[in-house]
Amino acid sequence: MPAFFENKQIVTPGDLLAEGEYVAGENSYLEGSKIFAQRIGLVEYDNKRVNVVALKSFYVPRTGDVVIGTIVEVGFTGWTVDINAPYPALLRASEVLNRPFKPQQDDLPKLLDVGDLIVAKIDAYDRTHDPQLAVNEPGLGKITRGQIMKVTPTKIPRIIGRKGSMVSMIKQETGCNVILGLNGIVLVTGKTLEDEQLASMAIRKIEDESHTSGLTDRITQMLKNAKGKKEEKKDE
Amino acid sequence: MNDKPEKLIDKKGLRLDGRRFDELRPLKLEVGTLPNADGSAYIEHGKNKILAAVYGPREAHPKHMALQDRTVLKCRYHMAPFSVQERKSPAPSRREVELSKVVRESFEPAVFVEYYPRTMIDVFIEVLQADGGTRCASITAASLALADAGIPMRDLIVACAAGKVDDTIVLDLDDTEDKLGVADVPVAYMPSLNAVTLLQMDGKLSHDEFETAVNLALDGCKTIYAMQKEALKSKYANVEESED
Repeated sequence: MPAFFENKQIVTPGDLLAEGEYVAGENSYLEGSKIFAQRIGLVEYDNKRVNVVALKSFYVPRTGDVVIGTIVEVGFTGWTVDINAPYPALLRASEVLNRPFKPQQDDLPKLLDVGDLIVAKIDAYDRTHDPQLAVNEPGLGKITRGQIMKVTPTKIPRIIGRKGSMVSMIKQETGCNVILGLNGIVLVTGKTLEDEQLASMAIRKIEDESHTSGLTDRITQMLKNAKGKKEEKKDE
Repeated sequence: MNDKPEKLIDKKGLRLDGRRFDELRPLKLEVGTLPNADGSAYIEHGKNKILAAVYGPREAHPKHMALQDRTVLKCRYHMAPFSVQERKSPAPSRREVELSKVVRESFEPAVFVEYYPRTMIDVFIEVLQADGGTRCASITAASLALADAGIPMRDLIVACAAGKVDDTIVLDLDDTEDKLGVADVPVAYMPSLNAVTLLQMDGKLSHDEFETAVNLALDGCKTIYAMQKEALKSKYANVEESED
């Protein structure tokens, strides 16, 4: 019952990862008594569980996820939202109005029109129904300002960091508010354009170097240096 | 070009392009060639030059094609008008429609189609230059593109042909050998699972010859498989380097 790779080694679909008393975890599958990889990624042996941390993936909705989406269609009783997933998401009008929807008096395009961006939570989803969105919590709803950037959905957990250490550090150092959509879309809102750019730069750097260790420290250093330069300019 | 050579294999046992009977044509594989696509790959197999692009899983279009319990795989094999000596009409020919189906069915067993119901995965294969064995090269490229798109797969699919030229069983026929030879046996294969997903034969072979041809093709597949894995990994090479 051996394991055939070392931890964190790169594997491709079809690679035999382990045989015997192992359990197939993320991105791996069991065939007979053998465990194979499903995606290109880094293998991880966690006791008897074999996971593959995917290097390339796409977002699959899950109930409770906070996502950022774009309105693509205004319907009769709600909106269709592109959430960067294989399925379009639905947002009901009553959800935004916070009361029953009255077709005679409520004008949907006035509330949200095609092209508008929203922060929303996935309210309900299963394989037989398209995801339903909810916006009835603080922090959710239409986005009015800030910058949007796209990252690979698999990298979002790295940007969050252990117990949110990475985002909270970026927020603190740049003074920006950062909302990470689990679907790989990130919203950065700051007081000035420079602050926002600094935060996006940090996020890009994390995306590029997500597999290196000691990243939090290096990002902190980078942000501190950038801030130092700005102070100098002000003094001049 | 058009006069038929007397012998396809000379006295030394070398073929027209100087290969031995069990030699593959030179191969080049590249992953992530088209940044606009969700996944893509490019293959140069001898004189064959083929691009493969994958989109999805995404909402099924047209919607009535969607299935409630699985993904719909769609594949388009197309030859560019300039891919062959004589201009090929860009409209899909009977042969291209058939190859689209054959190629799709050969990589379908590798994809976990039941994971994303009601969606569609589009695979586009564009042959830029053709020189015999395009279906095999297409399958090899398409499976790399699928893996690059992050679509869960049981294994990478490799394809390679073997056949009979003059009186010898040879590996990886080129265009002339395919047209003037006796038989051609394309095979697609999942090496880790030891499963064949495509097996065709064009021409006449005896039982023994057929078996030799299939085994030769499988050996060729295994060689290409190693190159396929290498190509896929090299796109993410910087990840491994920074690991140390």
